[in-house]
Amino acid sequence: MATTEHAPQVGSVQAVGIRQVLSDTMIIAWRNIRGSLRVPDTQIYMFIQPIMFVLLFAYVFGGAIPVEGVNYREFLMAGIFVQTMAFAVAPASVGLSDDMHKGLIDRFRSLPMARSSVIAGRVVSDLCSQLVVLVIMMICGVIVGWGVHNGVGPFLAGVGLMLLFAFAMLWVGAVIGLSVGNPQVAASAGLIWLFPVVFLSNAFVPPETMPALVQTIAEWNPISSMVAGARELFGNESIIVSDAWPMQNPVAAALIWCLLITVVFAPLAVRKYKAAASK
Amino acid sequence: MNAISAEGLMKTFGSGEKAVRAVDDVGLTVAEGTVLGLLGPNGAGKTTTVRMLTTLLAPDGGRATVAGHDVVTQPQAVRASIGLSGQFAAIDENLTGRENLWMFGRLYQLSSKQARRRSDELLEQFSLAEAADRPAKTYSGGMRRRLDLAGSLLIHPKVLFLDEPTTGLDPASRMELWDVIRERVSGGATIMLTTQYLEEADALADRIVVIDHGRIIAEGTADELKAKVGGERIEVVVHDPAALSTATEILQRGSAGECSVDEHTRRLTVPAATGSKGLVQVIRDLDAAEVEIDDIGLRRPTLDDVFLHLTGRFAEEEPAAEAVAQGVSSGND
Repeated sequence: MATTEHAPQVGSVQAVGIRQVLSDTMIIAWRNIRGSLRVPDTQIYMFIQPIMFVLLFAYVFGGAIPVEGVNYREFLMAGIFVQTMAFAVAPASVGLSDDMHKGLIDRFRSLPMARSSVIAGRVVSDLCSQLVVLVIMMICGVIVGWGVHNGVGPFLAGVGLMLLFAFAMLWVGAVIGLSVGNPQVAASAGLIWLFPVVFLSNAFVPPETMPALVQTIAEWNPISSMVAGARELFGNESIIVSDAWPMQNPVAAALIWCLLITVVFAPLAVRKYKAAASK
Repeated sequence: MNAISAEGLMKTFGSGEKAVRAVDDVGLTVAEGTVLGLLGPNGAGKTTTVRMLTTLLAPDGGRATVAGHDVVTQPQAVRASIGLSGQFAAIDENLTGRENLWMFGRLYQLSSKQARRRSDELLEQFSLAEAADRPAKTYSGGMRRRLDLAGSLLIHPKVLFLDEPTTGLDPASRMELWDVIRERVSGGATIMLTTQYLEEADALADRIVVIDHGRIIAEGTADELKAKVGGERIEVVVHDPAALSTATEILQRGSAGECSVDEHTRRLTVPAATGSKGLVQVIRDLDAAEVEIDDIGLRRPTLDDVFLHLTGRFAEEEPAAEAVAQGVSSGND
């Protein structure tokens, strides 16, 4: 066999080294970001929607939702941050189902690239865009009167917590995207269930105003842990009258939730990807 | 030296009663620098075979090597030696043509500079230079297909798999792609081409493998396959559909074989027992019967005749129910 003269002008062909995994991942991430910036949906998602949410809640609902003892805008921002991080589900699910749909995944799989990079690149690009969205929202927040009061360390920890939550949620998105196999369905399937989950929390109103059963659900809702954790790290006013463990230890609860969601959904996403790709 | 060799390839989709054997004991070899046409109707198992040879799908049985590497145990080496261009343009619509090619080049593990240089060459060669910086979603079908094919050529692959490269293209774009494929072959590449178009296999392939229901039913050069269905035929196209029956009678008179009639195209075909002599006789008889004809001639059998002969149906006809089920369960095959 003319194996040696067949060796093409490429680098390592057998073992995929860590350097190749990183480089392939960055190329896929570049491609996701580059491409998505040309799509009006993404532009709206990244630049318009966060500003809209801040202004809407601060000026439209803000006046009508009095939260006793706190400045509502200060109270509100963490809720909006978490909601938007949870929306990381959407780009992940749409992006992956779109790729499967167009047969691009087949092309990637026929190339001598690291196979894990297709999903890893998606994770990197989605985290980058979530970070951009978060920064835009924070700037808007500062403009409407939100601030951080605990210093740089806890602030950075808060940002980290938000990205960790986005990381966990995009695995949920990946599972949805790889299950439905149609970008349009993925877009709505990715988001429709999120609204009630977000609203059944302390994101926009204190759970104490809810009926007892709903209140319990809200207190144990991962969104509530995230929001309460963010409020604690950013030093935003919040009134916690609940004895529920996640409300008393919001940062720890938030970390546990992120870990739990990732541990359940990441392996599931990888399995779905392998199954879908080898049809 | 064989660039592709496969033996006993098997693939079954589904399980239990619904199991469909998409590829059933397929063995083939393709010599270096030649073109193999894999011919068959929809759902015959062509795409499934290509997917196994390009490491996208693990075979249930059998073995195969591509460019000297085993598709199961050395998939990365196979991938580094091949180009694959499928039936549906697998390009990123949101990226420009140039960005698409650069990305594929990088993922073939070329350096950024190499990838850029090679992309420029390919954009030029595929007449995409002008559109290179427009997002691919603005491209026409033919342009997309060219970009897709260019994407499989970033590394001058030793072996190129083209899965129905011209399905759905207009004739002009098809001719363009044929030229590109011929160029590759003269450059020394080995090509495996699947197609439903007999004239495509006839025009491009050195050897042809005919596959149906997952099994190889014939193989050889186009001439060898045509020889299987026998000699020349007389073909007549009558002007007036009303004259079909008279013409059939006349054709049948001088021939031992069955006269086949296509009422839609008003075309009659009959095996020519006595060559050109018979043709002259038929013309005389038709003239005497005042049958007006649009076209008449002696022709050698086409691959359409071969397919009809081998499977009892035309290649572009809807496959039998069984094959439809197979097409569904194996995705786009």
